[in-house]
Amino acid sequence: MKKEKQQFGASPKIAKVFIYLILALLAITILVPVAWVFVASIKENSEFYRNPWALPQGFHFQNFVDAWQTASMGDYMLKSVLVTALALFLLVIIALPAAYVLARFRFKSRAIWNTLFMAGLFINVNYIVVPIFLMLNNGDMFLRKATGHPFFLNNIFILALVYAATALPFTVYLLSGYFKSLAKDYEEAAYVDGAGYFYTMVRVIIPMAKPSVVTVILFNFLAFWNEYIISMTLLTKPELKTLPVGLMNLMAAQKSAVQYGQLYAGLVIVMLPTLILYMCVQKKLTQGMTLGGLKG
Amino acid sequence: MVVGELCSPAIFSSNGDESMKKKRRGGFIVACVAPAVILFIIFMIIPTIDVFRMSLYKWGGYTANKTFVGLENFKKLSQNPKFYQAFQNSILLIVIVTLVTFCLALIFAAILSREKIKGQNFFRIVFYIPNILSVVVISAIFSAIYDPNQGLLNSFLSLFRGGSDPILWLGKPKLVIYSVAIAMIWQAVGYYMVMYMASMANVPESLYESASLEGAGRLTQFFSITLPLVWTNIRTTLTFFIISTINMSFLMVKAMTNGGPDGASNVFLSYMYQEAYTNSSYGYGMAIGVAVFVFSFALAGILNAVTKRDEIEF
Repeated sequence: MKKEKQQFGASPKIAKVFIYLILALLAITILVPVAWVFVASIKENSEFYRNPWALPQGFHFQNFVDAWQTASMGDYMLKSVLVTALALFLLVIIALPAAYVLARFRFKSRAIWNTLFMAGLFINVNYIVVPIFLMLNNGDMFLRKATGHPFFLNNIFILALVYAATALPFTVYLLSGYFKSLAKDYEEAAYVDGAGYFYTMVRVIIPMAKPSVVTVILFNFLAFWNEYIISMTLLTKPELKTLPVGLMNLMAAQKSAVQYGQLYAGLVIVMLPTLILYMCVQKKLTQGMTLGGLKG
Repeated sequence: MVVGELCSPAIFSSNGDESMKKKRRGGFIVACVAPAVILFIIFMIIPTIDVFRMSLYKWGGYTANKTFVGLENFKKLSQNPKFYQAFQNSILLIVIVTLVTFCLALIFAAILSREKIKGQNFFRIVFYIPNILSVVVISAIFSAIYDPNQGLLNSFLSLFRGGSDPILWLGKPKLVIYSVAIAMIWQAVGYYMVMYMASMANVPESLYESASLEGAGRLTQFFSITLPLVWTNIRTTLTFFIISTINMSFLMVKAMTNGGPDGASNVFLSYMYQEAYTNSSYGYGMAIGVAVFVFSFALAGILNAVTKRDEIEF
């Protein structure tokens, strides 16, 4: 044992320097590419043919105007905001009551639903996106025959509904975990006072769950905002796109038309909201991750 | 009505209709659970069942012509070299990404939670950043890094090896999957680090103090205290590594290379998506999905059994 102490204790300074060195190395590997995108977003197109490490010659804000207007990132942004907000709203108003009842009421089919939602944690969206698409497509074909108006595909509301549905298992799991930890006394007191079930839930229980609800919103905001596979599959019309899908198009277009400046401006537009949100709530987010257990 | 106020003995209106109360309770339960259950069944349960069902059909897609072919799709799958290519790539990614991410995340978590570091918070915040970025953004960033001519990596390397023959990081069939692996590791380290840090924070300080008194060095402390005590958490994350690598590799590949060059970077699910959409062979595509699903569960089960240790209470 003593030997080890000497082995390590003899050079604590060198060890410390080494530790700082590898920490700095990882921090640089993460920060430099992200910072580079910000720098590149104000470069002129011709600058991209020179050394990529060179600093920009001026502040070429036109990139952002082009990305926003010509590449319609503005429109995509609006779609993304709408879809994300709608999906979050649907998720919260649907998941909260369900989680509350599943956690705190005893009834016959309770075990079935709890098990089913738990199983849902293992269903990944990437597997089921094809059947979802086909199901909606079938619905549209039927509607086209019956009424002449397809409804399900290319519909922002349906996309938001699918987002909310796929986020349900994790959200219900996280929220009911919180509801289970509450003492029974709260409801009993409310019932004694003559409050009904609904009133008790909305006025007594849900306000207490606020921190958990915030965690749920944070995580799902990031998930919905960044999602692109479902969005790409269910919104097939070119004018209906969310930001990440629009960005993918820009990436593809960049290969042929070489609009680097626009592309990086677009990148900044996509990641800036998440970065700002993260800076504001980073503590809550990393705490929430451990509170909610594990989620890949 | 002041609800929070606790009041004296319960005066339940016992003469009030008991069955009426029961009905109201039942109605409330149904009203709360039904929307979630319906949504969940329509958009998750039915599609999941569909994946399994469709894998038994030969189905071209938009037409209604479905013919039941039994396990024919799986047989076709087992004879297709493209599937083996995707299979190989996926296994390679699972092994590389899991090993490297796991080691890095564990080392950095140990450093940030055990060492007295200035700017500890700063490092934690920075390391988690890749996790909040969209996969599309990460793919775009790495495309810029890997770009053969104007890329950050090649122009950095040209300082040492000259710029005459640029390395095609995403263009060489042999190289592309490693380039994808690096992007995935970059994305995942911070996430697992934060997770390990959380479980390391639960290890009581007194254990380290007594170990120090006995003269155990830092490395010994790490291997004989930290590692055994966070083992349960590590085991759980191993399952996560498998599942999330399969999914994340799909998202990355789809946005970064779209399987190219010539299928060299295809992974399980990107191959599935390609078959189902581009070739519109839905039945065959879903058979791939089923195979991957079964495979990932089997692998997770095996890993879980292999890594089983007696749990240590503290």
